[in-house]
Amino acid sequence: MSWVNAVIQGVLLGGLYALFACGLSLMFGVMKVINLAHGDLAVVAAYLALGVITVTHVPAVWSFVLVVPLFAVLGYVLQRTLIQASLDRSVLTTLLVTFGLSVVIENGLLQFFSANSHSLGIGSLVSDSFSIGSQITIAYLQLVIFAVAVVVLLGLQYFLSSSKQGRLIRAVADDREAAQLAGADYRHVFGIAAAIAFGTVALAGLAFGMYSSFNPTIGTDQLLLFAFEAVVIGGLGSLWGTLAGGMLLGVVQQIGAQISSADQILAGQLVFLLVLVVMPRGITGGRRSMA
Amino acid sequence: MSDGHLGLLEVRELTVHHGQLCALSGVSLSVSPGEVYAMIGANGAGKSTLLRAIAGLDRPTSGSIALDGADITQLRPERRVKAGVVLVPEGRRLFPSLTVAENLQVGSAYARPGPWSIERVYELFGWMAERRSQRAEQLSGGEQQAVAIGRALVANPRVLLLDELSLGLAPVVVRRIYGLLPDLLASGLTVLVVEQDVSQVLRVATHIHCLLEGRTTLQGPPGDLTAEGIEDAYFGLGGSRGQASGISEVRP
Repeated sequence: MSWVNAVIQGVLLGGLYALFACGLSLMFGVMKVINLAHGDLAVVAAYLALGVITVTHVPAVWSFVLVVPLFAVLGYVLQRTLIQASLDRSVLTTLLVTFGLSVVIENGLLQFFSANSHSLGIGSLVSDSFSIGSQITIAYLQLVIFAVAVVVLLGLQYFLSSSKQGRLIRAVADDREAAQLAGADYRHVFGIAAAIAFGTVALAGLAFGMYSSFNPTIGTDQLLLFAFEAVVIGGLGSLWGTLAGGMLLGVVQQIGAQISSADQILAGQLVFLLVLVVMPRGITGGRRSMA
Repeated sequence: MSDGHLGLLEVRELTVHHGQLCALSGVSLSVSPGEVYAMIGANGAGKSTLLRAIAGLDRPTSGSIALDGADITQLRPERRVKAGVVLVPEGRRLFPSLTVAENLQVGSAYARPGPWSIERVYELFGWMAERRSQRAEQLSGGEQQAVAIGRALVANPRVLLLDELSLGLAPVVVRRIYGLLPDLLASGLTVLVVEQDVSQVLRVATHIHCLLEGRTTLQGPPGDLTAEGIEDAYFGLGGSRGQASGISEVRP
């Protein structure tokens, strides 16, 4: 039964990974930008929430009302300025620039918040849980995070496939020059895609901050890595693949932890490498389109 | 401008470089409303570069482009669409992962007001409505070309730029597509078409303009041009043969 529990915990954790990964996937799918600062941005969102909670005394779970829109705006502005400027030079430049951004963010956070760990206090909600049988215990928080992840990914999928703006995003992802010939300002569309990606990464950062403790370096050390692994395992550019990839990564990590707690990360890495070798396009075959 | 008669689309002394290569060298043209203005020339003559520059995709080194008297040389491509210049690019360039209907919807997202709508495009191409939910990449070349034309039409252009419509298509399909031109003109459009297939274009054009290595070698109404003159200008042969009256021939 403890194996069943490991799988269930893994699936729930996978939801969080998918939430981290969908922004990364979106930015790569639409702008061909690999955002190496993605994990750090999630951590910034968590620290920002910490500040919001301290100043306004709102319950931690409500901090997203302020943080997520703020990050969306930040995403649009950053895309229209720094990222677009590096895109205009070359795709390689975007790698260097986002890597630089990651270093700047990490050191900035160390300067302001020290290397100590923090967490977003949500009171008893963090440990409240219910049991199925004697072996399986499910925390409400994890269930809520998983539900949020599924709703966000479903919503994003629906937005991309059915809305006018989503259609433009897919058109620009397919062929930005042809989109210009249809009258679309692809820079603005890029900005909107970045706003969505930043909104989701903020949400993921907040969820992570409630689920576990965080420090300034965890963004690159863990979050970016897990997001990458979820995207690659699931197949680039497919949101469903990202969800599946996140869940597979979560399950493998939990099973690894079941064997020995030191094997948790290693197990994930091994499956990631295995997928790269055996199914380089990911377990869903990596469709070319975004939706 | 010095001459009193201004066309709808005025290109003056346009020069475009691709890096070191001079793709277009001082080309001027004037397209009047309702015309089918045809650019002909061999591969690499600069025809597509000219259309891309008019659409705003290639930046000219010098020269100017004006639409209905307003200079559009500095406008971004998407702004030119709103001004009324729409290009059907070489190789169709549909959005492959989008459906037929979605391709047309993207085309009409920034449309000017005018006679063309998605419904009217479905009327023009009888087969299209039934297959609106198919992805563009699943269509044949001729069908893709039709969708590409439809995507441009729904933007309600004043000047429609058509780049190598016949490329990679069977002759019967090409004839059918060129057979649409009267319908397009009847809706008030002006057409600037680039074509390698001279015989096709001679049937429909009101004005022929031949490019060779980025320069104008011949232009005039098709009735005034001789087959030999066009051949010479197209391939850059001799140059003494085709000087019939009423034809302005410019040697590089």
